[in-house]
Amino acid sequence: MEKREVIIVGAGPAGLSAAVEAATAGCGVLLIDENSKPGGQLFKQIHKFFGSQEHKAGIRGIDIGKRLLEEAENLHIEVWLDSEVCGIFDANKVWVVRNKKETVLLQGDRIIIATGASENAVHFPGWHLPGVMGAGAAQTMINIHRVLPGEKVLMVGSGNVGVIVSYQLLQAGAEVVGVIEAAPRLGGYGVHTAKVRRAGVPFFVSHVVAAAEGKDRVEKVRIVQVDPRWNPVPGTEKTLKADTICLATGLTPLTELAFLAGCESTYSPVLGGHVPWHNSAMRTSVRHIFIAGDISGVEEASTAMEEGRMAGLQAAASLGHVDEADAMIRGKAIQARLDALRSGLFGEKRKNAKESIFSAMGNSNNGAR
Amino acid sequence: MKGVKIDGTPSAEELHASPGFPQESIRKGPLAFIECVEEIPCNPCATACPRGAITLEGGLTALPRLDAELCTGCGLCISVCPGLAIYVKAREHEPGFSSILFPYEYYPLPQKGDPVECVNRFGKSICSGTVLSVRTAEKLDRTALIKVSFPQAYFDEVISIKRLPNQ
Repeated sequence: MEKREVIIVGAGPAGLSAAVEAATAGCGVLLIDENSKPGGQLFKQIHKFFGSQEHKAGIRGIDIGKRLLEEAENLHIEVWLDSEVCGIFDANKVWVVRNKKETVLLQGDRIIIATGASENAVHFPGWHLPGVMGAGAAQTMINIHRVLPGEKVLMVGSGNVGVIVSYQLLQAGAEVVGVIEAAPRLGGYGVHTAKVRRAGVPFFVSHVVAAAEGKDRVEKVRIVQVDPRWNPVPGTEKTLKADTICLATGLTPLTELAFLAGCESTYSPVLGGHVPWHNSAMRTSVRHIFIAGDISGVEEASTAMEEGRMAGLQAAASLGHVDEADAMIRGKAIQARLDALRSGLFGEKRKNAKESIFSAMGNSNNGAR
Repeated sequence: MKGVKIDGTPSAEELHASPGFPQESIRKGPLAFIECVEEIPCNPCATACPRGAITLEGGLTALPRLDAELCTGCGLCISVCPGLAIYVKAREHEPGFSSILFPYEYYPLPQKGDPVECVNRFGKSICSGTVLSVRTAEKLDRTALIKVSFPQAYFDEVISIKRLPNQ
């Protein structure tokens, strides 16, 4: 059986950052991704990122991705693409289908799972019609494949994903007929909603989709206002002409591999549901396994990159590649950057949710701190 | 006006309560306006200002504070703002006309001298304007800076231009 010191599953912002950090510390690293290109969602983030200089603020996600890839290349990190990790068992064995054809069993001294998250769907009459898609799917179409999914788009959900993708659909040349939000207040950053609003896009708070209608694809959408108990208010239905409905209704951490490997779970509604328990070093209840990015709680690419750095550093330190004092200092610096990203109006809730996970009891006989 | 969490764009009250929005722009010349009313972790505007006119008091999520005395309206903060929330306005660019220098990320770009429709925060066309300049330097990283003159009566309301039709 082939062996590697550190095996990382998922080459998105978290996995790439973990790989760079672990390889810099001197670990032999293998990075595995099921897609044919590394970078995860970073390469469709064409907008400038928030944060401070040390978080690469003001730089577009796509360019942050390019820099990370260059770093990984300069470190000669081994990368397997088109390769799917199908299971992790016996604590440190990784079953991979490589290049979509060959089964390989690997052993890793440390495994970092950075599988990300998947989009949630909401269901309404007509949701099966062509033209209804995840906002992330629409973003992939316009920013990666440069194909416009439709001419007139209704965005469902006003969180940052919903408003950022609305803006990018406008940039790609579509008309956004509206952004609807079931809650009584908009979810995303005000600066994002403001730039969509000044492009003439109306927002409808306390509104949901009543039905999508059309013969062979979406032709129009009926939306309806809901009261504080989420019941439709009679007489408030509006019909909007649209050929595309994008669902930006939240993300769920992709936890299957971690749970298959026996990682203990914990539940956090703020962070997207069930996530593997982990400590601030990103170590799970299975001592060989670390996690980073959206699998550990849905946040943003900027937090995913810092978590990846933390997981990579701590995995390397636990293998003896970084001396303890050094690991402590660098770990504290990463934690400070994470805390900065999790401060303020929007971040505070996520910070509290993370801290309640850290302080919850992990499996006590496994040596994880 | 119900505010940024309902309408998607900040109300006059929200703007005037925020430290980045100059309370009363007495001067005729250019001055930065920061429409940043929510505490988000972000500070490139403060880092970019060569005169220290933009500060964040109390950490990364503090609202940016603009010192109108120090601001020269140079516009270096505009393209670094990931929220596209900053513009520079001059109340009297020439007699009867104001100007706005704002970020613009749509193609096609307008050309110098073009007549354009100026829009308010809701995207409604409220007056016509004339493009004075279009900046696309590499440092701006694909955020064009467009300068437009428009009738002074619309000083408070104009925030951008209507998108040009696809080619």
